Order: sequence, then C-alpha cells, then structure tokens
Amino acid sequence: MLDRINKAQNDINTACQTLGRQINIMEVCGTHTVSIFRNGIRSILPKNLKLLSGPGCPVCVTNQGYIDVVLQLADRDDCIIATYGDMIRVPGKEGSLETKQAKTNVKVVLSSEDALQLAKDNPGKTVVFVAVGFETTTPATAVVVKEATAGAIDNFCILSGHKLVIPAMRALLSEKNDNINAFLCPGHVSAIIGYGAFAEIVEEFDRPCVVAGFEPVQIIEGLCEICRQLSTGKAELKSMYSAVVTEKGNIAAQKIIDECFEPVDGYWRGLGKIPKSTLKLKDKYSQFDASKRFGISEEPSEEIKGCRCGEVLCGLIEPPDCGLFGRNCTPQEPVGPCMVSSEGACAAWFKYGRDK
Amino acid sequence: MTQMTKATKHDRILLAHGGGGQLMDDLIRRHILPGLKNDTLDELGDSAKLDLASGSVCFTTDSYVVKPLFFNGGDIGKLAVCGTVNDLAVAGSKPVALTLSLIIEDGFEIELLDKILASIGETAGRIGVDIVTGDTKTVETGAADRIFINTAGIGIRLADVDLDFEKIAVGDKIIINGTIGDHGMTIISQREEIKFQSQLKSDCAPLAGLTVELLESTTGIKFMRDPTRGGLAATLNEIARSTALSVEIREIDVPVRPIVQAAADMLGFDVLTIANEGKFVAVVSPESADECLSVCRNHPLGKEAEIIGEVVETRDVPLVEIETRIGGKRIVQMPYGRELPRIC
Amino acid sequence: MCLAIPARIVELEQDVAVVDAMGNRYKTKTTLLPEAKLGDLVLVHAGFAISLVDEEEAKQTWQLIAEIDEFDDTQNKVSG
Repeated sequence: MLDRINKAQNDINTACQTLGRQINIMEVCGTHTVSIFRNGIRSILPKNLKLLSGPGCPVCVTNQGYIDVVLQLADRDDCIIATYGDMIRVPGKEGSLETKQAKTNVKVVLSSEDALQLAKDNPGKTVVFVAVGFETTTPATAVVVKEATAGAIDNFCILSGHKLVIPAMRALLSEKNDNINAFLCPGHVSAIIGYGAFAEIVEEFDRPCVVAGFEPVQIIEGLCEICRQLSTGKAELKSMYSAVVTEKGNIAAQKIIDECFEPVDGYWRGLGKIPKSTLKLKDKYSQFDASKRFGISEEPSEEIKGCRCGEVLCGLIEPPDCGLFGRNCTPQEPVGPCMVSSEGACAAWFKYGRDK
Repeated sequence: MTQMTKATKHDRILLAHGGGGQLMDDLIRRHILPGLKNDTLDELGDSAKLDLASGSVCFTTDSYVVKPLFFNGGDIGKLAVCGTVNDLAVAGSKPVALTLSLIIEDGFEIELLDKILASIGETAGRIGVDIVTGDTKTVETGAADRIFINTAGIGIRLADVDLDFEKIAVGDKIIINGTIGDHGMTIISQREEIKFQSQLKSDCAPLAGLTVELLESTTGIKFMRDPTRGGLAATLNEIARSTALSVEIREIDVPVRPIVQAAADMLGFDVLTIANEGKFVAVVSPESADECLSVCRNHPLGKEAEIIGEVVETRDVPLVEIETRIGGKRIVQMPYGRELPRIC
Repeated sequence: MCLAIPARIVELEQDVAVVDAMGNRYKTKTTLLPEAKLGDLVLVHAGFAISLVDEEEAKQTWQLIAEIDEFDDTQNKVSG
C-alpha cells in the first residue's frame, strides 16, 4: 500500500503546486479526524493544503443542554443510563457521566442491543439509552425501538441526540464558512445513506465531494482525488470506498430510520440552530422518548466563557487559536466537547500533534 | 465411630478465616503452605529472616486487583508473582524472595483460592523465587471484589549494573522484547460489559531470566522498565519526562499481533496505551543494540524483540513521536489513564 | 463518526450472528442487512452489520487484511 500512498502523495504535491493557492478541505467525520492525526497525515501534505476538522463528531456537536438532561436522569435512583463510551467524559454544567459512575447506574454499552438487554434484566428500573450518533448509528437505535415495541419492553426509552450530516454541511456552506473548497465525506455514513446523498452539495454549492474510508491509504487517495478535481475546476461526486459504499446505500437501514424518526430543527453546538437536522421519535414511538416520559427538555446551552469549540467545529480556527487550548482546557480537564471526545479536533490535536 | 475433626472442611471463605485462630491456621496449613513449600515460610514467623550476600538490594511492592481473576494466559496469582518479579528484574536485580498478602471476601470459593495458590506456587517455583512470608485477611462480601493480592519483593542487585535515567543519552536505542497490547486486550475482552470470545492471550510472564542474561552478557544497557498500565506510550513518556530528552519510534517496527490490533480497532483503542505483563523496554547504547537484540531473540520471551526507535534531542519540549506506517509523524501522548470503548 | 471494522459471519440464526475479526468473535445483529449470509464479510458498527464488504476490495483497503494471506487465519502472527 505504501506505493499507492507515495503515488497519491506525489500527485497531491503536483496538484497543489499547480493550484498555487491555499486549499481548504473539510473532513466531515470525527473518525476521519482521528485517523488523520493517528497516521500523521497532515505532516506529509503540502503546506498550502489545509485540512479542516468539521462538525462530524456527534459528541462535540451535542448541545450542553442535552448532556445536562442525561445527567439529571443519571441522578435518579429509578434510572439506569446506558451510553456509548464516547459520552462518558463530556462535561455538563455539573460534572460528567464519569463522575456519576460512582453511583453505579451508568453503564457503558457497545450496542443499542446491550441497552435493551439491560432493560430486560432490570425490570424495576427504567433504562435510558443515550442515543447519539449520525446516520451510521441511528439505524441501530431504530432497531431496538422497534424491538422494544414488539416485546412491550416498557422500562426502556431513548434520549435521541441523533443528527443528520447533510443539513450541517449545507449550513456550513450557506452561512458560516466560505473557506471550504471541498469535502472529504464520511465513509460509513455513506454506507447507510449512499454516496448519492452528497450530490446536492456538489450541484448546489459546486464543491467536490469525495467519500473515503478510514485507512490512511483511502484518506490520502481521497485527498488526491479532491486535488485533481480542484485542478480541473470541475466539482464532482466520487466514492473511493467502493468496498462498502454504494450510490443508494443501505435501503433497509434508511427505511427503519424513516419509520421511527422524523427530522426536526435542532441546536448544534457551535453551529446554532439548523433546520431539520436532528431526529426525534415519531409519535407512533413516543412512549420510548425519554424527554416525554420524564418531562424534561433541553435548555438552550450557555457557552462557556472563552470556549471556541463552535469556531473549531466550523473549521474557522484551529485548536491552538483558542485561548483555553492546552491551558484551562486539556484532555485531563476538558472544558468543551472538542477536547473531551477522543475524535474532537482539540483532543486529537492535543494527543497527536502540536505543530501540525 | 465417626471422628469429629476440629477443622471442618469448608468450601467458601468465612470471615473467621481471617481471624487469626483455628480456621486461619487451618487455611494456611492446608491450602497456602503446601504449594509454596520452603523452609523460611514453614517457620511461619512474623518476619522472614533472609541471609543475603552483602551488597545492595532492590525492593518493590505491587497490589493486584485484576478482574476477571482467571484469563487466557494467566490468573491473578501468576500476575501477582510475575508483576513484582518483573519490577525487580527491570531494576537490574535477581529476584530472591516475595511476600504474599491476601485480602479475601467472605464467601469466596476455596476451590478458586486453591487454583490461585497453585498458580502462585508454580510460577514462583519455576522462577526459583520463594514466598517467604505472608498475611491473610478476610473482609465482608463486596469489600474486596472477591480477592485482592499484594506482593512485595526483594532482589539482589547484579554486580556492575546500574540502571538509571541519568545514563540515557541522545542516540541510545530502544528495544522491546515482543508484541504489545496482548495482556490489556485479553483482560478487556473479558470485562463484563465488553466480553467477546477470542483467542487473545495475556503475555503474563516472568522476565528475570531474560533480563539477568541480558545484563550479565552485555554492557550498554542504561535503563529498563516494564510497560504495564498505560502501555508503551506511558513508559516512553516517562522516559522523555525524566530525561528531558525526546523519543522517536517507528510504527512499522513495533510488533503487534493482528488479533490484538483488530480487537483494539473494534473498540477504538490505541494499542500503544494498552497494558503488557511480559514485556520490558530497554534503552541501550547504540553500539550494544544489535547484541542485546540477539540475546533477546535467543530467549523464549524475546523471540519477537525489535529495536523500535531511539532517543533524540529535544526541540522545545520533551516529546515522544512516532513515525507512522505511511511516513507521517505524530506525537504519542501520555494516556489519560482509562481507555473507553468508542463507536465513533 | 463511525468506528466500524470488517468481520466474517461465522454463525447466523435469523438476524442474530457471530462475526470473526482476526480471531475475535463478536455478537452482531444482521437486522439491517437481511441479505447477509453465513461466510459473508460485513462491516460491523455498534453491534450491527451495516454493509457487505467486497472481499477483493477488502484486501486493497484494509492494511490488516492485506497482510494476512487468508484472513480467516486465526493463528497469532506478528504483523509489520
């Protein structure tokens, strides 16, 4: 694979030299952020090619209000909180799920099915599944909501924090950031929604959209394809991840999302309100909606003084540009979600690269 | 006529087993002593008297709280011996004696205790280290998560061996005796919430045989440490921090089993931060590196040894950097202290 | 935003599967991939198979798979 990488690297260098100007490519996927850092990809790219870390980290873009609701529920003795590990250290107004773990009612799960099983095993408690993630993860939640319905598992509910990628990309381009020349699109979201879903970004905004997987060779070949397109001046939609991604995507998964959820307006940390960008359970399944069941709703979050997570998420600044980075805000004591989540731009930057 | 014996056979630990009386005496004589047989221990004195050649000793202690108690490649007993022996080994000493302190929950199955003790005896016997003194305490159910073990160890420092951070210099090579991540991923694979079936196997092993051979047959070894909790990342960062020098390693030279890498990938873990229990990192002079590597590779516990990097000048702050497989560079930070499985 | 790895289906009963990734075996559901069969290589995310994986392309795509001659191989071998 090294020869493929070297070839792609050469082609990127040539293209960037020819283009001569600053090129900004946004990677819309936190897993891409981590992979790019872990493999030291920035260190082998030409100086005029900049990778922006976008709002693709579901933990990072989750409003503090959502986290505070989860923490409130964690305080209840009649609740068990089932969460993916990603959420454990995200800080709310008062502590995080990690600090609540001493209470033993916070359980890390690897799958929504584990959360449902917890409900079956603990009939005296209500299990609240912290359902975050983009389209890759949403179907897993939908499956268990349907299973809970079929099995009449009444002591199970979800707090939906699921979000949609395309509305965020549109919001970025419409209002926030003209700087973005192209997108490296998320490979596994595409496995669900199909790479065809990004066509509207190419057509309406004339930006290259290239879907790539997460191995370094795929990322670099994806970047190479973007540079090629920028050189020709013609924005195209292309998938470099044919091993798993098709144009139409996973229809069964799309159907089940559609059956259980509907898009509503939602608040994204750093991006503000984005229309039809978050998912809410349809009325048919509202009995499994934790916020309805407990009568708690998200409060609009107050931004923490000095925290510039929002600008980092939009790719407007880099982590070191934030005054708190590395000082008051470190992985050991994170202030904003960009530092908490292992795939947040700030955490990745801190862990893997100081000068790149 | 049936004979009433004073010590009734129990199948679970009772609080009374820690009470210093008949039951504890019975436990020690019938379960603990037999597998650990040595003259010093048989005296059951309050302290062990050891006749050691004059010189300096290394002295260490560690506590073992691993769950699950039994895992592929070992158990808490084997770990309790190897962990402490390895701390003595990497300090440049030959381990001679261990203490054994047990804290056992009321209700713990004696059959399991026997298995753990057998493992301790077997491991210690293989290395030639005696358990010379010990202690047994019992606590209420829930207070010790079934069983906790503490071992302290003494080793005789090898002649003319002085391993110290201060000896490390720019240009020194970094050697590891084999694959990383095996122990930690094995344990993680058996954690309640994560449990998955696997052929993962802990690398738990006593290193003293190899380290003594290395130190006695080569010169040029400046420093050694075993990368346990926090993995290779933590150990290399400790070296950087203590020496104020920087470290560069090459990903392609760091040995990792595919099964370990795949398991780490599934959970989003960085293999560099995962614990090892049968590995040491050695910082050696550049002239002696090849010879050290050769000694390692001729030993069963070092067959997959590699030179993974070197000590370099510090630019602004002491850093550990890795050259990735694709020729990129990134920093290896001190791990947080707890790996959480991710889905994103 | 999506950690997912390729794994082979080694047991399948309705939509309850066991997949094997380099010798690690995980419970997985194939509810989202009704066309999946025993022996298929699939992409697994958060306990669900979300996509079929083309075998030939897998070798071109994933470093770990490329390094193993037959990637059902569960012998512990050193990589790199």
